Amino acid sequence: MITIIDYGVGNLFSLTCSFKAVGADVTISSDPEDIKKADKLILPGVGAFRDAALKLRTSGLDELIKEETAKGKLLMGVCLGMQMLFDRSLEYGEHEGLGLIPGIIRPLSGQIPDKLKIPHMGWNALDIKKPHPIFKYLGEREYVYFVHSFSACDCDENIIATSEYGAPITAAVAKGNVCGCQFHPEKSGDTGLKILKAFCELKEGDLC
Amino acid sequence: MITKRIIPCLDVKDGQVVKGINFEGLRRISSPVELAEEYSRKGADELVFYDITASAEERRLFTDILKETAANVFIPLTVGGGINTVADFDRVLKSGADKVSVNSGAIRNPALVGEAAKLYGDQCVVLSVDIKRVDGVFRVFAKGGRENTGMEAIEWIRRCTGEGAGEVVVNSIDTDGVKRGFDLEMLNAVCEAVTVPVIASGGAGCIDDFITLFKTLPKVDAGLAASIFHFGEVSIKDLKEEMVRNGIPARI
Repeated sequence: MITIIDYGVGNLFSLTCSFKAVGADVTISSDPEDIKKADKLILPGVGAFRDAALKLRTSGLDELIKEETAKGKLLMGVCLGMQMLFDRSLEYGEHEGLGLIPGIIRPLSGQIPDKLKIPHMGWNALDIKKPHPIFKYLGEREYVYFVHSFSACDCDENIIATSEYGAPITAAVAKGNVCGCQFHPEKSGDTGLKILKAFCELKEGDLC
Repeated sequence: MITKRIIPCLDVKDGQVVKGINFEGLRRISSPVELAEEYSRKGADELVFYDITASAEERRLFTDILKETAANVFIPLTVGGGINTVADFDRVLKSGADKVSVNSGAIRNPALVGEAAKLYGDQCVVLSVDIKRVDGVFRVFAKGGRENTGMEAIEWIRRCTGEGAGEVVVNSIDTDGVKRGFDLEMLNAVCEAVTVPVIASGGAGCIDDFITLFKTLPKVDAGLAASIFHFGEVSIKDLKEEMVRNGIPARI
């Protein structure tokens, strides 16, 4: 069973539908028991890093996620949920993340030429940097859908895919049993569904 | 590099696509869900559902259709029509919309853009503007283009993007339905005024109109159209292949 962690951030309707579309047994829950029982976890999120981090902390789910992933449970972060996996974010101040993947979330401004629009919104091609099981159904340079103004930096060794937006932007990361997508797989057409399907097929221990 | 987006727009009334659509001479499809799936398969980058119903009962039906579409179509979905309050934003977002397009609702209550942007984020709020030249000045029109508000369009767009509109759909009443190409002059004026994505609407009649649009105005992010896609005059697949041949980034 896959549990999408509901910590009051964003809309989980599409994400849930996309997992159902690939045949997954999926539930949305904030109940620690559902999170413990699940064999895979999804950490979603849209909006501001600070608010999301605060909600995760006040609900106590941050510690639970750390405990469960430490035991080897598979976790995928999506969009802001991916950013939450990192040490900290410099989005309007400085805020602590889960620290599951080393690195810092920085504004896109400063990383890309001034003439490019922010947010980085729309379809961009994935440049796969390291083979990873979640990409097993993908061909070269498939397109995925992004909406973000901040991105993961100082995490080169855990980057598995980038997208070119005036500079290579972190598109997907993985470290052991934890992975994340900056883009929205649930809004990336067949390419997104292929990534979710591949994630659903993983077994605990596959990524150690 | 990010691709230029091609966006079909569907008018939905009484749970059906208005008039139904003859897909490439095959059968008529009236189900918004089926059509959305078909467009998604053919390579649409995004879809706009426009709710043209009036009563609360019909609105509930629209919301149900939205849910069913979002459960089956996995590309971004923008919803417009009848968006007057933050509660309207909430209703369609909970039913699977990714972005909400506001037009007359923002004219009636300009604070709506800012309120919605604070609650749901700028990327969620799309400002749609119907613009027509009156004595050489771009004016904002309300009520589906029937009423001149007297507001100068570029100023209105600047104000709304300043308050948090994350994207602007520019619908030129002057070129709409004429099928002789997008309103490049008007679009250029908007692109020079804002830093958010600009979506061109009104006037596309053939593939070349899109090529001219993106080549002449590289700042335009997307092209939106309805009937030329619905009636098979332009196939999204052919359009995108032609874009790539012309060096315009497109998702194929």
